[in-house]
Amino acid sequence: MVKELERAGIPTTHVCTVVPISMTVGANRIVPAVAIPHPLGNPGLDPGDERKARKELVRTALEALAMPVQGQTVLKH
Amino acid sequence: MAGKHRVVHYLNQFFGQIGGEEKANVGPRARPGAVGPATALEAKFDGQAEVVATVICGDGYFNENLDRAQGEVLELISGFAPDLVVVGPAFNAGRYGVACGAVAQAVMDKLGVPVVGGMYTENPGLDLYAPYGYFVRTRESVAGMRQAIENMSRLALKLLDGRDLASPGEEGYHPRGIRKNVFFERRAAARAVEMLVAKLRGQEFATEFPMPHFDRVKPAPPVDDLSRATIALVTSGGIVPRGNPDRIESSSASRYGRYSLDGVDDLTSAGYETAHGGYDPVYANADPDRVLPVDVMRELEREGVIGKVYSYFYSTVGNGTSVANARAFAQDIAEELRNNGVLAVILTST
Repeated sequence: MVKELERAGIPTTHVCTVVPISMTVGANRIVPAVAIPHPLGNPGLDPGDERKARKELVRTALEALAMPVQGQTVLKH
Repeated sequence: MAGKHRVVHYLNQFFGQIGGEEKANVGPRARPGAVGPATALEAKFDGQAEVVATVICGDGYFNENLDRAQGEVLELISGFAPDLVVVGPAFNAGRYGVACGAVAQAVMDKLGVPVVGGMYTENPGLDLYAPYGYFVRTRESVAGMRQAIENMSRLALKLLDGRDLASPGEEGYHPRGIRKNVFFERRAAARAVEMLVAKLRGQEFATEFPMPHFDRVKPAPPVDDLSRATIALVTSGGIVPRGNPDRIESSSASRYGRYSLDGVDDLTSAGYETAHGGYDPVYANADPDRVLPVDVMRELEREGVIGKVYSYFYSTVGNGTSVANARAFAQDIAEELRNNGVLAVILTST
């Protein structure tokens, strides 16, 4: 899906846990997530900290959207 | 038992009879003898080989700790000094396929014994690890178990006996990207002309050199000014309004849903849930923002970091869903987004 959206000219960040799968799928903007059942959450944190961490992840995803990339790029956060 | 070949079988938590998605986090462990599909495999060996141990690891644990899990599983496997290692079959289960492939890679690199497995042709594990094992072609789901075990056991016995394998097509496994020199009765020019004639006549022919297929997309240009952009949220993690009004399937999805975000500031368990059948839903159901981050996107919208969150989100279930379906969903979605002035997408996957 990420590839088709990018093919249509819409920059798309893939936030996902298993980065190698995202690479084979052909995503160009990849942000590694927390865990498979909660990619943008961490039940081990208290709710305030969890939300803060989620916001940081989303900020990184936004950065990827505003960044020119040449090929498949993985952004660490 | 002397003289019998030693086989170790790798399975995930489900086939290893530890549990479902709620047990996907269990780390690697070994059980003596055959468990689950390994029992069926051993029966097919007809006394010529023995499954000395079954090594089991949760798919979640393996994929979230790829390097570490690969090492840990290898250590367990090598303790049983196998002559051959069997993995899966993983069918079209992506995480299981990746785990099977990674185990195959470690075994082949470090132990130097052959690996036999099974996967459906679209399994991402195959893209990543095809060269490291003889992965037989399987159906998409566990309905293909009997046939898969049959083919895997046949290949395993051939390899254990040191017999030559025929081509991947004839043996029924996925090509490993290895070229082998063979002698033909007839020279290349004659074979090529025959193929050409068959092609011109509209008859079937099998190429001797399939062209590799790379489908990479040039990155889309970036968003100039996020603070003025409308950004959409899309997920393959199955977040839907409670009750799953469009009845999106828990695996092998045939459709996606489009849901309004007007007036929605936060996804709560009262209003939303996941329809996805391929991961433990407890965390997503307790707080769906953990998969589709509406709460912080709204916050960033209020702060002016982004212009606007698009008024709909799109959701499907990525679990075993065919590439063809996923492509079609995204093409529909892309058209709608472009017609509505959406400049960028954040797509989340579980």
